[in-house]
Amino acid sequence: MTLFLGGLIILLVGGIGSFFAGRRPGLASASGAASAVTGSLLAVVPALRTLSNGLAESLRLSWDMPIGSFFIEIDPLSALFLVPILGLSAIAAVYGVQYLSHYRDQKNLGVAWLFYNLLVIGMMLVVVARNGVLFLVAWEIMSLASFCLVTFEYERPMVCRAGCIYLIATHIGTAFLIAFFILLGRQTGSFDFDKVPAMSAALAGVLFLLAVVGFGTKAGFMPFHVWLPHAHPAAPSHVSAVMSGVMIKTGIYGLVRAMTLLGAPPAWWCWLLIAIGSASGILGVLFALAQHDLKRLLAYHSVENIGIITMGLGVGLLGVHMNSPTLSVLGFGGGLFHVVNHAVFKGLLFLGAGAVLRSTGTGHLDLLGGIIKRMPWTGFTFLAGSIAISGLPPLNGFVSEFLIYLGVFKTGLTGEPEAVIFALIVIGSLALIGGLALACFAKAFGIVFLGEPRSAHAEQAQEAGWAMRFSLLVLAVFCVLLGVLSPLVIKSAGSVVAEITTLPAAQVRAELADVSAILTQIVVASLILLAAAASLGILRKRLLSGRSVRRAVTWDCGYARPDSRMQYTATSFAQPLTDLFGFFLRTRKSISPPKGIFPSESALHTETQDLSERYVYQPLFERISSALSRLRWLQHGRLQLYVLYIALTLWILLIWKLM
Amino acid sequence: MAIPLRLINPLLGLVAAPLLLGIINRTKARFAGRTGQPLLQPYYDIWKLFHKGAVYSRTTSWIFAAGPLVGFGATVAAATLIPFGSRPALIAFEGDILLFAYLLGLSRFFTVLCALDTGSSFEGMGASREVTFSALSEPAMLIGLAAVAKHTGHISLSQMFLSTTPGTWLEWGPVSVLVGFALLIVLLAENCRIPVDDPNTHLELTMIHEVMVLDHGGPDLGFILYTAALKMWLLGQILVGVAIPVRSGNPWLDTSASLICMVLLAVLVGVIESSMARLKLLHVPQLLVGATTLSILALILLPR
Repeated sequence: MTLFLGGLIILLVGGIGSFFAGRRPGLASASGAASAVTGSLLAVVPALRTLSNGLAESLRLSWDMPIGSFFIEIDPLSALFLVPILGLSAIAAVYGVQYLSHYRDQKNLGVAWLFYNLLVIGMMLVVVARNGVLFLVAWEIMSLASFCLVTFEYERPMVCRAGCIYLIATHIGTAFLIAFFILLGRQTGSFDFDKVPAMSAALAGVLFLLAVVGFGTKAGFMPFHVWLPHAHPAAPSHVSAVMSGVMIKTGIYGLVRAMTLLGAPPAWWCWLLIAIGSASGILGVLFALAQHDLKRLLAYHSVENIGIITMGLGVGLLGVHMNSPTLSVLGFGGGLFHVVNHAVFKGLLFLGAGAVLRSTGTGHLDLLGGIIKRMPWTGFTFLAGSIAISGLPPLNGFVSEFLIYLGVFKTGLTGEPEAVIFALIVIGSLALIGGLALACFAKAFGIVFLGEPRSAHAEQAQEAGWAMRFSLLVLAVFCVLLGVLSPLVIKSAGSVVAEITTLPAAQVRAELADVSAILTQIVVASLILLAAAASLGILRKRLLSGRSVRRAVTWDCGYARPDSRMQYTATSFAQPLTDLFGFFLRTRKSISPPKGIFPSESALHTETQDLSERYVYQPLFERISSALSRLRWLQHGRLQLYVLYIALTLWILLIWKLM
Repeated sequence: MAIPLRLINPLLGLVAAPLLLGIINRTKARFAGRTGQPLLQPYYDIWKLFHKGAVYSRTTSWIFAAGPLVGFGATVAAATLIPFGSRPALIAFEGDILLFAYLLGLSRFFTVLCALDTGSSFEGMGASREVTFSALSEPAMLIGLAAVAKHTGHISLSQMFLSTTPGTWLEWGPVSVLVGFALLIVLLAENCRIPVDDPNTHLELTMIHEVMVLDHGGPDLGFILYTAALKMWLLGQILVGVAIPVRSGNPWLDTSASLICMVLLAVLVGVIESSMARLKLLHVPQLLVGATTLSILALILLPR
């Protein structure tokens, strides 16, 4: 615990230090990044220790405020979330030094680093807090720090709007969380998590719903995800990576923590999670397919992956409900492993997108192309991230999806009608998500990195600097390692799953040993893949030695003047799928087709606005504001009357109290 | 079972896969009243391609060169997961069907990337269609196999096949029929056969798979043809194992019976190709969603 607090203090001091060094960008970056890295590395030690030995460490300080207490604890569940939070924050900080140096003459980098470190501190405290008030304070530090980072380039109107949407969305979520903690703490009068009493099924149900909305807004559940596609593209890329990779996971953490507090789950909780997971997963990837902006596309993929994680939690919860240890171990194990995996590959992809954005100046897919030759490192690592996020073997994304799949396949075997429907929904959703994610990343990687440059932006691309390349490479290596070493990694989830499911640790370990044996077989198959590919490579070298190997133009069907603008674009690549699912996407198209014998200008413009933003939030907010506009006469700017309002209110309260 | 004996499955696939294409072509020729190519023509083609030089487009990067290798590697790895007859696979574990499906996905991912790497609009078009149709065929296959898993009580392909016997046909015949049809449609779609795609046409606008590999030549094209044949063999094995379970107890006899079934399957594909026209591209999704529906029916069907 000392190390954890030490890490916190270093982060805070480093952040404040870089704030005061704001006039000297080099010093500010050095102080911010160095403290973020050392603080994270220090604080990750107790987390790794807890994860390996399963023992919780706690600390309770006296707190002078009337409510709440400073009560923190690192138990296996907290540790599991702490490790990716700290790891990704440290790596993104290294990247950030170079990424932010672009703004050194225009911006005060000290402020950016202060808020970056505050964001890390907020996330750390959120996952270790064991008191409702402390949790909410940490939650707000995290939300406000990330808001300030999202609005880093506040002079751009799009960034300003994104920040506004984020601020409103996150506080709607917080409002539900305040209600959640007040209801939770009402009975005992204490907000400490270890004093939560047994409660009635109805109250537990209400609390569960509050948690789903409150935490789901942060995590990005459909339909509460509206802020993600705005905020992630607006933030600087290393911040997007941290926000998408780990900050939204605090929502998942909160939900899991709430489940451990609320007692035995009834069936409808599982069904609700499955429904949310499946809707978020499928719609997330569909909207990602329809995007033209690389970072916006990645933001929608976060919604998709949160959906997969939620489905995993639903499967695990069903296991608890049905008293099936195998199911709960596979569901929670897969879901939580996906939390870690998503942190790694989504962090990698956002950092890669940032490198592209920095060197070309645009994130518009249809303006890019052929960058892999100009940015080989970024291209290679982005490919690794794409394979991982599409859930393809042998990288880490496949393993966690596999565990969730395996869980539902096993549920389906029981033959109970309810379980079969359940299996049908999850298998169908995961299979569809898998296929669509492959399509989406074939588009993202293929259009951005392959082919010919589609514009001058793409032609001027240059490889990112060493710090950015280093961060990308480290994350890519983790994608491989978490996949290849998955039989070992999954065993460390034992204490976490035991904590959530309240199963005996020995039983969970036995289940995980079976899973580990299965994963070993997957690794063997992956090795066969590599061996077969390598031997074929050698064969090709042999076959081609001594024969003519030429370079020529791409086969153009005899057309004499091929042009890079004739290439398939991202929009046209995704068109069959976006048309097929047009019912959900409601893409607006404006076409002016070529006319006449000598056609002049023609254009096609497509825009896919978010479904829930357009049909849920906008109408809702319009209703609210029109309803509230009737009260506008109360507000007229006359100070004397405002004082009268206050006096009247106090008077009424006094009478009420006296009666 | 001893490892060397288990090696027979993947090796048999590696050796015999191109033969399927030969049989299909021969069947189609017979239907058209021609004699047709020799049965071993696909082997000759691959051999010929292995002894050619190569031309690479200047637009392409290392992805283009790596694609055929990864595709082959993934398909070989998938081959180690498929049992043949009653002989279990080289690698068998609970959930191996998922690894199988996703290995084919990896192979497809690289084929699509190679197509985009050339910067050709034709190949982009093929790639776009490929990802569209495969996204729809994936649920059909996995839900279909989940149905078989539910009825056999196993989620490892090897055990699924072992517990599918002629006797089970009496017990849950309708499930086998439904899953069999769904898997047949998946097989036709994944291997780019009529009615989804026409492997013979050279009109780029209508093709899917062929157009994606337009720019590959020499040994690379040979690898791709060979990988495609192997993929067809593997999906065929799953279909045969589920729909025509011949289990005599003697593994050698079962293997021979399954081989005969594979030949019959190739003839069936040839017959379908000869007697049907290619569907309009816009109608292909309907076919694939239809296959998914069959699989869903099979899964929720309660026999007995």
